[in-house]
Amino acid sequence: MENWRDNKLVAAILIVPASAWILIFFTLPLVIVWVFSFGERGPQGQTFLAFTLDNYARALELIHLGILWKSIWTAAITTLICFILGFPLALGVAFAPARYKNLLLLLVILPFWTNLLIRTYAWIAVLRTRGFLNFGLEWVHGKLDALFSLVKLPDVMGTFQPLALLYNHSAVIIGLVYVALPFLVLPIYATLEKLDRSLMEASLDLGAGQWRTMAFVTIPLAFPGILSGLMLVFILSLGTYLTPVLLGGTDSMMIGNLIAQEFGPARDWPFGSALSFLLLYITFIILWIRAVVARRSKGVSY
Amino acid sequence: MTSNQPIIRIQSVTKIFNRTVTAVDDVSLDIAAGEFFALLGPSGCGKTTLLRMIAGFENPTTGRIVVDGQDMQGVDPNHRPVNMVFQSYAVFPHMTVAKNVAYGLKVTGVANSEIQKMVPEALQLVKLGGFEHRMPHQLSGGQQQRVSLARALVKKPKVLLLDEPLSALDAKLREAMQIELVNLQKSVGITFIIVTHSQSEALSVADRIAVMKDGQVKQVADPLALYEKPNSQFCADFIGKINQLEAEVAGVEGKNLVVDIRGVGKVVIPHEGHAEGRVSLAIRPEKVELNAHEPGDERVKFLSKVANVVYYGSTSQVFLENAAGDQLMAEIRNRESNTATSILIGSEVWVSWKAADTLVLTE
Ligand SMILES: Nc1ncnc2c1ncn2[C@@H]1O[C@H](COP(=O)(O)OP(=O)(O)O)[C@@H](O)[C@H]1O
Ligand SMILES: [Mg+2]
Repeated sequence: MENWRDNKLVAAILIVPASAWILIFFTLPLVIVWVFSFGERGPQGQTFLAFTLDNYARALELIHLGILWKSIWTAAITTLICFILGFPLALGVAFAPARYKNLLLLLVILPFWTNLLIRTYAWIAVLRTRGFLNFGLEWVHGKLDALFSLVKLPDVMGTFQPLALLYNHSAVIIGLVYVALPFLVLPIYATLEKLDRSLMEASLDLGAGQWRTMAFVTIPLAFPGILSGLMLVFILSLGTYLTPVLLGGTDSMMIGNLIAQEFGPARDWPFGSALSFLLLYITFIILWIRAVVARRSKGVSY
Repeated sequence: MTSNQPIIRIQSVTKIFNRTVTAVDDVSLDIAAGEFFALLGPSGCGKTTLLRMIAGFENPTTGRIVVDGQDMQGVDPNHRPVNMVFQSYAVFPHMTVAKNVAYGLKVTGVANSEIQKMVPEALQLVKLGGFEHRMPHQLSGGQQQRVSLARALVKKPKVLLLDEPLSALDAKLREAMQIELVNLQKSVGITFIIVTHSQSEALSVADRIAVMKDGQVKQVADPLALYEKPNSQFCADFIGKINQLEAEVAGVEGKNLVVDIRGVGKVVIPHEGHAEGRVSLAIRPEKVELNAHEPGDERVKFLSKVANVVYYGSTSQVFLENAAGDQLMAEIRNRESNTATSILIGSEVWVSWKAADTLVLTE
């Protein structure tokens, strides 16, 4: 049978539209933003083409670096929490009995079926002062209070003070963890799923217990998936815009919000472009690290 | 504990998967220390499941497995005095050959100085000296197999379990490895239990063979007895080639059986044990002789037509058809260069074999 790749016409029909799409709607805008990042802002907020590194210099000023730094550690903490929650979850799904596996996987990807905006608003309903979480805590508080009254210890609990859970940076991290979790679970699940079960059985057979098997065999072999998941979550959180806007407080501005502000109210496209590219460079560095690590473990077949 | 106690006792073990699939059906086996034991049977007959229950990866639904006097019920795989060579080798891809072999020692707290001594020894044993620092992906399938062997043997288990260890190797390498496995087993003195679907492999390596079918053990015997005295049509057919002829028991004369073979007539066959009604008479092809003239007595004999001759170098297979239309195959040694060509297709020959070589199979 003729290979479709050998037929130039068929290949062109298949490849050209996608390539054109990427070129026009992805590469071209990126190039424009890149060119803008060397431009100058006019007095009315126009963008003049020029070649100046002023925008990058401004981006590296302390106040902006502060926001960048805050974005980086927010992303880092989000990634860490995602890993702590997501790795056991991925293990659970991958090693679940076959008949539950698809259901569990469905639950992991279920959030993708709803709009991010709506899901984030749902978190407002959960976290706000008169939200579900505080209601729940108040209920528990009331029950404990009643319990202590029973044992003749009234008032040890004091009156219930609703926790300020919303409009601060913790809320942002909660929201980010929620949004990013499937992006960590899925790649790890995919590598674990492909892992030859007999490798883990061999480890048990050779005298290692479940924990050692996990540490010496399962995790090292799932490492490419773990790394992919960590990077996805980190990159996703680093550039977030919506979550800080809806859940964050006055101090929750992240780099994505700063960029939005420059392109929006501040009308400083060149500076916004420079900030965008700063973010992109960071992402490239992370991807480069991943490539280096991947090359180091090359030849290891999973 | 006495030395003649079996190292492994499998007592009425049954394994049912998902409440429906009976993979192993009431199997009882005793395996002696130092034995090279083979579980032989067609694919899907429950060999791997039985092996995995000994290793501890599956629990018997009912029955008991005792290893070296200790009931294995509730004992995790990592605490059993057995080790396994996996069908897929299961060599850790992220560790060097040396680290693979050292793994089982390291995780059980063997001193580093000991490990340094034992690993090269184990690799020497499987002829992989000098491969310490290779990664598994730099090894051939046969070499990975050896790593897997060394990794298990270095643990000095009471019993080594091998699940179709040679099935992925090419024919030449497989035969060489069979001989090596036998030598290895004799030199280390560890009980080996090998799972295989290849009858020639089982015959050539094992001291004793259990033939399995549909989760049940059909016969346990040494290779010679299994080949010469199979106890059922299944075993006779599964081990080597065999001709089967339908017959009817016509009577008993002391230790002999008079049977009426379709298209041949009555013959007297020495037979121990009871038989009546319809039976199957079986004869190995190499025991069948072909003659131009009628052979003497004490033989089962009849005239047949030569249907085909297939030449295999040292032997030829002659396909025959008797008066009743039953098919038969004789395997003859090509002693003379014209042995095969002297048997003309379409000609009539006398087919015969020693009456004592006839097997009477009742099931
Ligand atoms: N984990 C399992 N779940 C359900 N059925 C299984 C499982 N493992 C094996 N079986 C079934 O048990 C039977 C015996 O399998 P197995 O022991 O692998 O056979 P063999 O090794 O002789 O080829 C087969 O019918 C197989 O489908
Ligand atoms: Mg098998």
